Amino acid sequence: MKKVINVPEQVVEEMLQGMVLAHSQYVKRVDGFEVLVRAKKPGAGKVALVSGGGSGHEPSHAGFVGRGMLDGAVAGAVFTSPTPDQVYEAVKAVDNGKGVLLIIKNYSGDVMNFEMAIEMANADGITVDKVIVNDDVAVENSTWTIGRRGIAGTVLVHKIAGAKAEAGAELEEVKRIADKVIHNVRSMGMALDSCTVPAAGKPSFVLEENEIEIGMGIHGEPGTHREVLRTADEITDHLVDKILADMPLAVGQEVAVLINGLGATPLMELYIVNRKVAALLKEKGLHIAKTYVGNYMTSLEMAGFSISILKLDSELKELLLAPADTPALVQF
Amino acid sequence: MSGELYEVISAVGETIIGNRQMLTDLDAAIGDGDHGINMARGFEAVKAKLQTLETESDIGKVLKTVGMTLISSVGGAAGPLYGTAFLRAAVPSQGKTELDVETIGLMLEAAIAGIKERGKATTGEKTMLDALVPAYEAFQDGAKTGKSVIECLELACEAAQQGVEFTKTIIATKGRASYLGERSRGHQDPGATSSYIMLKALLEHLRRQ
Ligand SMILES: Nc1ncnc2c1ncn2[C@@H]1O[C@H](COP(=O)(O)OP(=O)(O)O)[C@@H](O)[C@H]1O
Ligand SMILES: [Mg+2]
Repeated sequence: MKKVINVPEQVVEEMLQGMVLAHSQYVKRVDGFEVLVRAKKPGAGKVALVSGGGSGHEPSHAGFVGRGMLDGAVAGAVFTSPTPDQVYEAVKAVDNGKGVLLIIKNYSGDVMNFEMAIEMANADGITVDKVIVNDDVAVENSTWTIGRRGIAGTVLVHKIAGAKAEAGAELEEVKRIADKVIHNVRSMGMALDSCTVPAAGKPSFVLEENEIEIGMGIHGEPGTHREVLRTADEITDHLVDKILADMPLAVGQEVAVLINGLGATPLMELYIVNRKVAALLKEKGLHIAKTYVGNYMTSLEMAGFSISILKLDSELKELLLAPADTPALVQF
Repeated sequence: MSGELYEVISAVGETIIGNRQMLTDLDAAIGDGDHGINMARGFEAVKAKLQTLETESDIGKVLKTVGMTLISSVGGAAGPLYGTAFLRAAVPSQGKTELDVETIGLMLEAAIAGIKERGKATTGEKTMLDALVPAYEAFQDGAKTGKSVIECLELACEAAQQGVEFTKTIIATKGRASYLGERSRGHQDPGATSSYIMLKALLEHLRRQ
């Protein structure tokens, strides 16, 4: 294992300290917890948004704490859901009396830990609701499984629900919007190479020199299949196909696109992918209203990327284009 | 805390910590490769916490502390599930300083009910329940025929081990491994394995007494 770390046990703690030092105008630490909240708590009358998950997905989620997006983020151990007491602290710290919405990625562990936190907060009389993001089309969504995983599309939920909350909407409304994004966003990724969880000390999986994994999850969960490396255009073609097969879009439909790097993919390659995505969507008569290219939901130093496509209507579009001011996303 | 109670929990904890790599490797094959890391972190926290409970002899109180500690240190799916299991097992053992067959049966029953409630899973879904439920049933069979705690636990361990083997033959429909569908078949479930080794550690510790 070759990493710029001190000791594996301290990576999350030391990262959080560094983040706060770098972005003190945006975030501060809830003392004694792996929780970052906005440096300046918004005045009363704003629904608060909290997200979180395992660490290793930076800038998710703490990088999106700030005006127009999240109010708080909880950092678990690397790739491991945070515990209920941590989520509970975040909820208590951000609550403004108008309720708190938890944005959870769909993994059994995350759902259970966050649900326990909701029970704890409810016992305190804090109103807490949740949405569960499940945008990854790589894995089956049948009634007998736990459903799809949540991946990069989560960032679009932060953005849009965050804008709605910032506009002063009630908890119910913010939840409705978040669910609407979830309903209309689909993602799929691929990996060129593995990553190493610091505490594990060795790669989560091994790919041969010329091998890629299609549908790889952001914690290194296996995808749909492995194949021989192809060109960027061919891989992109396949992923877009899978996404649109799951969410057929009519000619003239407006969409937003997120090309997300998994940690070790040069921006150069992400732009090459984006070029192809734009061409494919244009061919299908779709209009791209907004494109994000960059590292939004990483997987440590995994090489690879994911594509997310969000179907827009006027409501979602307006909220997506609304301003945001956070460490990892600034939009005017 | 009575010396023996301390030692039982330490023995279970040390087994988990000692099998950190094995559990992690099992999880790497069908999950995300953190089960051993998570469980070991949890039992390290339990170990530290036990130091503060040296004078406590109430088994229920100690198990409750173990449960709370696991919930706040393990994370992932296993944290809430095992944490809840220990909290529930703490109920029938509350106020007790020694355990008989009947109480252990009630503890197992309560723990399993807690896991089912929290995880909404049942047997045959390739989870820890595939080790724990058969273990409980075998334990109760032994109890009905008047066997001792150790004899009942022997039956339970045997059944848990078979349950672990059974997980290799089925596909996962709960937890992270369920994303793999058919590809999860042939692999042993990490959670069922950790359940089995905890039971076995308990049995082996009691045998040594
Ligand atoms: N809903 C559930 N009910 C019971 N056990 C479960 C459930 N989901 C997962 N498990 C157990 O948890 C184990 C995985 O634990 P762990 O790796 O620590 O958590 P995570 O899956 O969040 O990474 C699985 O092997 C399985 O036995
Ligand atoms: Mg795991």
